[in-house]
Amino acid sequence: MLVSTRSHLRKVFHFATPLFSLALVLACVVSTCTQPANAIPAFARKYGLRCSACHESWPMLNYFGQKFKDNGYQIMNDRDSPIWQNPGYWPVTFRMTPIWHRVSTGKVLVDTYSAGSTVPTGSALQRITTSGFDLSGLDFHTGGTLEKNFSFYLLPSSDPTGAFHFETVMARLDNLFGSPWLNIKLGKFELDNLLSEKRILTLTGNGGIYQLYHFIPVGDGNIFGQMGDNQLGLEVMGHSADDRSRYSAALLSSNDGTTQLPYGNAYTGFFTASQAFDAGKLGVERIGAYAMVGDAPTTWLTNGGPSSYIAGSGIGNKSFSREGFVGQFYFGEHFDLQVVTQHGEDSAWFGQGYGDVIDGVSVVNNTTGTTLPAGAQAPTWNGVLFEPHFVYSPQLIFIGRYETIRMSQQANGSGSATPSPSNLGNISTYTVGFRYNPFMTSRAGFAWHNEYNWWHQDGTAPDGSNLNVSELLTGFDFDF
Amino acid sequence: MRKNLRKWMLFLGAAAFLALPLSSSAQLTTNQLHDWLNSPAATSHIGNITGNAHAAAEPYRRYCVGCHGELGDGEGENAKWFEPPLFPKPRDFQLAVFECRSTPSGTLPTDEDLFDTIARGLDRSNMPPWNTFTKQERADLVAWIKHYSPRWQNEKPGVPITIPAEPEVTADRIKAGREVFARVQCWKCHGVQGMANGPSAATLTTDQGRPIEAFNFTTGARPKCGDSDRDIYRIFMTGLDGTPMPSFADNIKPDEAWDLVFYLRTFMPQHSKERELAKQLNLKPVDPNAPAGQQ
Repeated sequence: MLVSTRSHLRKVFHFATPLFSLALVLACVVSTCTQPANAIPAFARKYGLRCSACHESWPMLNYFGQKFKDNGYQIMNDRDSPIWQNPGYWPVTFRMTPIWHRVSTGKVLVDTYSAGSTVPTGSALQRITTSGFDLSGLDFHTGGTLEKNFSFYLLPSSDPTGAFHFETVMARLDNLFGSPWLNIKLGKFELDNLLSEKRILTLTGNGGIYQLYHFIPVGDGNIFGQMGDNQLGLEVMGHSADDRSRYSAALLSSNDGTTQLPYGNAYTGFFTASQAFDAGKLGVERIGAYAMVGDAPTTWLTNGGPSSYIAGSGIGNKSFSREGFVGQFYFGEHFDLQVVTQHGEDSAWFGQGYGDVIDGVSVVNNTTGTTLPAGAQAPTWNGVLFEPHFVYSPQLIFIGRYETIRMSQQANGSGSATPSPSNLGNISTYTVGFRYNPFMTSRAGFAWHNEYNWWHQDGTAPDGSNLNVSELLTGFDFDF
Repeated sequence: MRKNLRKWMLFLGAAAFLALPLSSSAQLTTNQLHDWLNSPAATSHIGNITGNAHAAAEPYRRYCVGCHGELGDGEGENAKWFEPPLFPKPRDFQLAVFECRSTPSGTLPTDEDLFDTIARGLDRSNMPPWNTFTKQERADLVAWIKHYSPRWQNEKPGVPITIPAEPEVTADRIKAGREVFARVQCWKCHGVQGMANGPSAATLTTDQGRPIEAFNFTTGARPKCGDSDRDIYRIFMTGLDGTPMPSFADNIKPDEAWDLVFYLRTFMPQHSKERELAKQLNLKPVDPNAPAGQQ
């Protein structure tokens, strides 16, 4: 019996030894040698801080990250000047996002054919659903300090085909006269939106932007009030040492960030102010307000016919405004709610489609003698967005968003020959998702991103009914 | 051949098994830390705020661990890239030796000392001012820091030194401060003009043997532990533990300490009454070779 058992054990041992040894070796390798992946996000590498120090969840900033940005990408500890860095330091980060997504658009107008015909015989509404693997564009972020209190940011950005443009190009004089209350920025930059669209946590076509920041009423020709687009201009901003109090005032060219002055000589102002409060165990709560007030051209000189517009010749400026409140509310370390409201108004001229003819948004020109049609009025609207976050840990965040925009006055009022339905262009959109960062270091950002967005607009389907678009997305969002 | 292979496999397996304790030694320390985390010492009291170490676990991981490390030993993933003296190594909380204190040299700092350091940051290092935190978050982090060292289990913080009211700045006081500067030989490290170029400056090291620079008063930089007059007074009367900067509490009387503060201000480029008076007095740098009391 004993011999038999020994023999059996020997047999088992005979086969098990190599496997057991291999397993042990592997266990040791895994337990002792596993290292997080390393790469080089520009600021984290410079200061040796993890992504999570500045980002609630990358790329969205937390309060420390916001203060770092407000200080001109400086932590204000006498090691901000690049002269302190190893000469090999290169302040560059790449970001790209390979994804799989499924987009379903209801009510697309498609041609119909009768049997055997190669010529369309009519058209019909149809849902089109597309899915597959895809890429985002590529961002080259490079920024930091040229010298203590001289900052810069340069962001060449491509679309998914590789066509580049300059998303951000700015230099900033920080802490003028030794005071954080005076900083001046010149170039093309993101407006001082507390809830930053450039640091949005969602990636789908409609969920990856804030609708409030880009809303244009149906038929409106004003592209110049999009506070989500980076703009060309000069910004003065200031803040308290702990960044609890902030203000900014920017003078912008009314050209929606387009270079080479393609429009006219119009300007827009963008103003913000906010105050944060220490709410003890809840965290820091911030409330603020913003206003964007400007004018933009509706009249264009032509050369060679009524639709041969001369770039840069825009005159006949008409006004527009966007204003609202912002709230950032924290409820302990795991839950926060971001809120933005907006009241917007465009001149009645924009409402009738006058505005950007250069990009073909408008097809009408406000030439001498043009009058507004009967019943034309300034389109106005109100909107709000709620974006709750549940931060399970710095590595896992759940995101939700509800955004709605409701027209309060249509461009074509009741006195118009063709009055618009009161709800024309109203938008509702929901987004849910989560981002998981499997590792968290000061060298790279990597997120497994998952998101669903549903978008609805009243009256904008080709037949005048409501339009729905939904999108499901999963992918890897990484920078290094 | 097969037999040899088996032998090798056995050898590798045994080696791997023996190596396992090495990989899990950190686990043992973590268990110890877990006990300390639940001890009464792992709390803090700042005014009417009570800090709770448990509440700081996530913030520590979010903000601090990259430098100070999971075990608080100053060996975070970035520590290896910090090259003293330009970039001092992160604080090793397990040693519980802190430079910025209101307490006598060799004693533990008060909770307020750590609380203030977190918000102020440490100039000439990678430690930023974390003044965006709420007071509660900072108090929680203080409690968290305290769970890393057995010192907090066995010792009480020192009693903060008494700082008398700041007297009026006068020319006589600045001249007296110059005498103190010469007498206690500040110039040996800081140089006769406060430019951190004294004869000992190049030899300075921390208790861990890492090179460290004396403070250069002339660059406009803020002193590491605060830039108010009271902060400067406190720095040389408590010393910066873990560095060559000793406490001068036994060598300098409180009144003389204020004189020294005023004299040190004359080195600093920021506009001050001390600088104006120094100009009027046409003060010369101290002479290291002058007999005592004859500067």
